[in-house]
Amino acid sequence: MQLRPLAICAIVFFTAGLAVASFANFREFIPGLLQGAWITVQITVGGCILAVVAALLAAVAKMYGPLPLRWLAVAYIEVFRGTSALVQLFWLFFVLPHFGINLEPMSVAIAALGLNVGAYGAEVVRGAISAVPRGQWEASVALNMPRILALRRIILPQAFVAMIPPWGNLFIELLKATALVSLITISDLAFKAQQMNQTTFRTVEIFSIVLVMYLAISIVITVGMRTLETVAARGMARGR
Amino acid sequence: MFWDWNYVWEIMPSLLRASLVTIEATFLGFLLALVLGLVMAILRMSRSQWISVPTAGLVEFIRSTPVLIQIFFIFFVFPEFGIVLPAMTAGVIALGLHYGAYCSEVYRAGLENVPRGQWEASTALNLSPYITFRDIIIPQAIPPVVPALGNYLVALFKETPLLSAIAVLELMQTAKILGSENFRYVEPITLVGVFFLVMSLVAAALIRQVERTLNQSLRNPGGGQ
Amino acid sequence: MTTPMVKFDNVTKRYGSLTVLDSLNLEIAPNEKVAIIGPSGSGKTTVLRMLMTLERINDGVIYVDGEPLTHMERNGGLVPADERHLRRVRGNIGMVFQHFNLFPHMSALKNCMEAPIHVLGLPRREAEERAAELLDMVGLGDKKNHYPSQLSGGQQQRVAIARALAMRPKVMLFDEVTSALDPELVGEVLQVIRRLAKEHSLTMLMVTHQMGFAKEFADRVCFFHSGKIAEQGAPEAIFNNPQEERTRQFLSAVLEAG
Repeated sequence: MQLRPLAICAIVFFTAGLAVASFANFREFIPGLLQGAWITVQITVGGCILAVVAALLAAVAKMYGPLPLRWLAVAYIEVFRGTSALVQLFWLFFVLPHFGINLEPMSVAIAALGLNVGAYGAEVVRGAISAVPRGQWEASVALNMPRILALRRIILPQAFVAMIPPWGNLFIELLKATALVSLITISDLAFKAQQMNQTTFRTVEIFSIVLVMYLAISIVITVGMRTLETVAARGMARGR
Repeated sequence: MFWDWNYVWEIMPSLLRASLVTIEATFLGFLLALVLGLVMAILRMSRSQWISVPTAGLVEFIRSTPVLIQIFFIFFVFPEFGIVLPAMTAGVIALGLHYGAYCSEVYRAGLENVPRGQWEASTALNLSPYITFRDIIIPQAIPPVVPALGNYLVALFKETPLLSAIAVLELMQTAKILGSENFRYVEPITLVGVFFLVMSLVAAALIRQVERTLNQSLRNPGGGQ
Repeated sequence: MTTPMVKFDNVTKRYGSLTVLDSLNLEIAPNEKVAIIGPSGSGKTTVLRMLMTLERINDGVIYVDGEPLTHMERNGGLVPADERHLRRVRGNIGMVFQHFNLFPHMSALKNCMEAPIHVLGLPRREAEERAAELLDMVGLGDKKNHYPSQLSGGQQQRVAIARALAMRPKVMLFDEVTSALDPELVGEVLQVIRRLAKEHSLTMLMVTHQMGFAKEFADRVCFFHSGKIAEQGAPEAIFNNPQEERTRQFLSAVLEAG
């Protein structure tokens, strides 16, 4: 993702949005939209954490787990990548209660989005782990390390740097997917936008501002991941 | 009872009909994405900063914001300017625009991979820029990126359930209506999931096949036109 | 006769239909220094990699210090070793690689502390003292906090030697440890190995292309050819008076190349 055009664009859209909004008496709807944005941020953060955990577990299970665990990981990855996020969200929301499992809508949202993005993340993790040179495993064996220790202390830290940029993209995909939770009654940013659209009929203004708010959150994610990448890459110029 | 086969057979015809709408939306949306993507890629690679920078900004903006909001935007905002679009059309435009932004990045990678020498040779042959682009550059740039474009076709396909939010009677919306009519969501929603899973797995296999064929023909360009 | 430190008993290694090592029998006494030479593809590196358990063997048994490494005793017979057994016996062996394989995300000191702390369970302070001592010994006391990418190839390889020694192995394996180095850096690494051979009671196996060094360092030289030991003996005998035609050809080819 290119930062410079994004930043220029953000400024242009933001000013435009502000201009439109000031015409539109934006005090009416800004507080409501900010409430929605806060819910969106909470779901994004929760979903990202779950996604990373799920991706790590699934990737390691797929690569090194015993056979049944490996199948389970493959099934998880294929099912969540093969069906759409909205179907998964609805399935957890409408079908789980049928089996006697009643979850809060927020939990359903975080679980569905986290598991969805985690399935894509598992392939990112797997790619990054496979990209660590074989010699690193061999050196770990020669130092008599158990496999888990080698994975945790030697392999994953090296794979980490290569994982950051693709994870940045996945986090933005997750942010975008949070808009779906408005369809299961959670009053996130997208929900508030629709609600206010129905009460105020300020369609252009509301949706423009909402788009800019999403853009702002995704810029925060991009900048955050860039910073993380710079920090992590320091002192890691591969010496083999 | 966890699973009712009778109910499944009862709702199957409506779901199959709805899946045709899903497939129609997928192909129309992707067709639009292919065209818009190419336009955005070319504009973004323009030598003039006044064209390339705003295009880049637009592409990044579209890619950074939820497609659902974009669907709402097109569906609700256009009528403000007197253009009333049917829900299906608005949805297809939004999906096409969103995935067009993704496709433009793919095209750009393909275009940038064509060696500079091809442009220079075309100039030396006195071909016009348009002819060069159409007959020399595009035929070399597109085939290697076909699998990447295919992946976005599958991604777009998986986003079509979003059209249910503006009441397009595609698969998801139909399943929801069936579910609420019969107070049973298990079968319709699970069937929708299975449908997407099967279609995605088939598509993924097809893409792999195309990739393999392409790799062969790219490695040995003499072997046929 | 004392128990051999390392013993290959009829060991065979195949990759698919290709036999890399053909019923190898080799015994190495405690504290003995053995140089393994031979053309590429003769299976010499495979010998070290099997001993380090980086390659599985297809047939035969490897013993380390009298104990089976690749197998364990069960009801009077031998069965393939499980991970626990492998880890216990493997602890006697250390290895230095052609491409160093240092951990790029850890300083030289941390490279030498990681396994002692997490595998041997040494307290951090003790592991650090020992690591610092070993880095001193290889002449890198002032480079402890450098990362591998900040060190020259020769320095990296010396860190790798210190790292292997930190696990207190009885057997050290050196796999073409100077092959990836620029010529001017070879000397410093060989100097460290020379010192090691003199000052420590270690059994050493070295696969090398440095004939001069093999001659000076080794108690015994094994010449490998297509998966077998074609000739072995004291360095003087092998280098000055080879009995086998293949040995003569190999040596003249290598010495001619310089």
